[in-house]
Amino acid sequence: MVLDTGTTSWLLISTALVMLMTPGVGFFYGGLVRRKNFISMVALAFIVFALVSIQWVLFGYSLSFGSDVGGFIGNLDYIGLTGIPNEAGEAGYPPLLFVAFQMVFAAIAMAIVTSGFAERVKLSSFIIFALLWTTLVYDPLAHWAWGGGWAGAYGSLDFAGGTVVHISSGFAALAVALVIGKRAGFGEYSMEPHNIPMTLLGAALLWFGWFGFNAGSALAANSLAVNAFLVTNTSAAAGALSWLCVSWLRGKPSSLGMISGAVAGLVAITPAAGYVGVIPAMVIGAIAGILCYGAMLWRLSRKMDESLDAWAVHGVGGLWGAIATGIFAAMAIGGFSGLIEGNVNQFIANAAGALAALVYAFVVTLVLAKLVDMTLGLRVSEQEEYVGLDLSQHGERV
Amino acid sequence: MKMVKAIIRPERLEFVKKALEVEGIFGMTISEVMGRGDQKGISLQYRGGTMTVDLIPKIEIDIVVGDTDAGLVIQKIRDAAYTGKIGDGRIFLLPVERSIKVRTGEETT
Repeated sequence: MVLDTGTTSWLLISTALVMLMTPGVGFFYGGLVRRKNFISMVALAFIVFALVSIQWVLFGYSLSFGSDVGGFIGNLDYIGLTGIPNEAGEAGYPPLLFVAFQMVFAAIAMAIVTSGFAERVKLSSFIIFALLWTTLVYDPLAHWAWGGGWAGAYGSLDFAGGTVVHISSGFAALAVALVIGKRAGFGEYSMEPHNIPMTLLGAALLWFGWFGFNAGSALAANSLAVNAFLVTNTSAAAGALSWLCVSWLRGKPSSLGMISGAVAGLVAITPAAGYVGVIPAMVIGAIAGILCYGAMLWRLSRKMDESLDAWAVHGVGGLWGAIATGIFAAMAIGGFSGLIEGNVNQFIANAAGALAALVYAFVVTLVLAKLVDMTLGLRVSEQEEYVGLDLSQHGERV
Repeated sequence: MKMVKAIIRPERLEFVKKALEVEGIFGMTISEVMGRGDQKGISLQYRGGTMTVDLIPKIEIDIVVGDTDAGLVIQKIRDAAYTGKIGDGRIFLLPVERSIKVRTGEETT
């Protein structure tokens, strides 16, 4: 097949859009922490991006998309990207472009996990953990869904990574938070976000980048991409408004809540973007906003310090999205029927795929975090935490 | 009339405010300041050596009260700001000559 310039251009642009989301997560989280940890939070996102970029071309891509080994992981055929052509293949774009597009997904997943480490992680240990996590948690999960693994074969639908990226990172952040422990002073005094406009700016980058994330996942510049583009926006909007409204009942509606609702909507539509139309997207987004808000309140009431709510927004939002895909999938949109069209099997396949990924991500992360904690120590000393990670880990000040 | 000038840990401010409110003392001026005490800041130990953070963020509270209340205010601030670790801060007591309310011109001495 000859190179399709339209599709190739769109995928190049989408890759760049999704790249922007990783620093976007950094700025989103950076605004939420105290000033003394601002640089640290943004730096973690960039460090993740650099690390995963290298890991991906060396062996991460091969583990995710190499020939299937037991339905669980890819083999090492593509190590160092050997044997991957840069000529247009069957899909009309060079396979190397697919490598780059998938790379930016792997990066943002790990960046989301930094929520559980916020304001207390030792940088050197974090680097080791990030390499282990992206290799042993992300790469297998990407293989399960998209690389020829069991979940894809079983029929679980995950259009753009609701399970692979969001359930995995959200529940991983929860596991990390349980291992590393609460921030000093958590629950005793308030730890207010130091720069809310920065978080809003980070959210703007996320919302913008998400068009590449979801519409790019059509892997073509076609009508499926257009559907994904529009429903992504619809769901984000519904999520923003629903979180705004339910939080209004308990006091003033904060901009942070509203924007968290938008991210919840974006997360929930991610697995469904190629399978549902705008009206189900509105329902998915609106419910995501309410559900994730409830998850955050529950997390706070249990006094758990999963500091920046990756679990509540990405974990719970991703879980809802996977289930919602099994409910709302419409034959006319993406060629699959969900529960509403009478296909119970799709619902079961999606719920099972999501639960398996959830358990795998949570348990393996728990083990990896514990391992790094026992050998290298995940946490900085009490004094380093007190003066902040900007100074103690980077020798810099905002 | 006295001014109580207290330098405390930023994270203890809410506790100090609550403790003073209980006594009916609401008026205060807060500043974010940087400072150090006898330890010249905090030394962080690394395998490669040490790094000193010599100025630490603190909160300064200024409160002007009548002579008889000064002792109580100092006690309340001390109790609420106390953690027992190095870096809890200092409290100073200064004499105040006059106090003039801008809106009304009302003056107390």
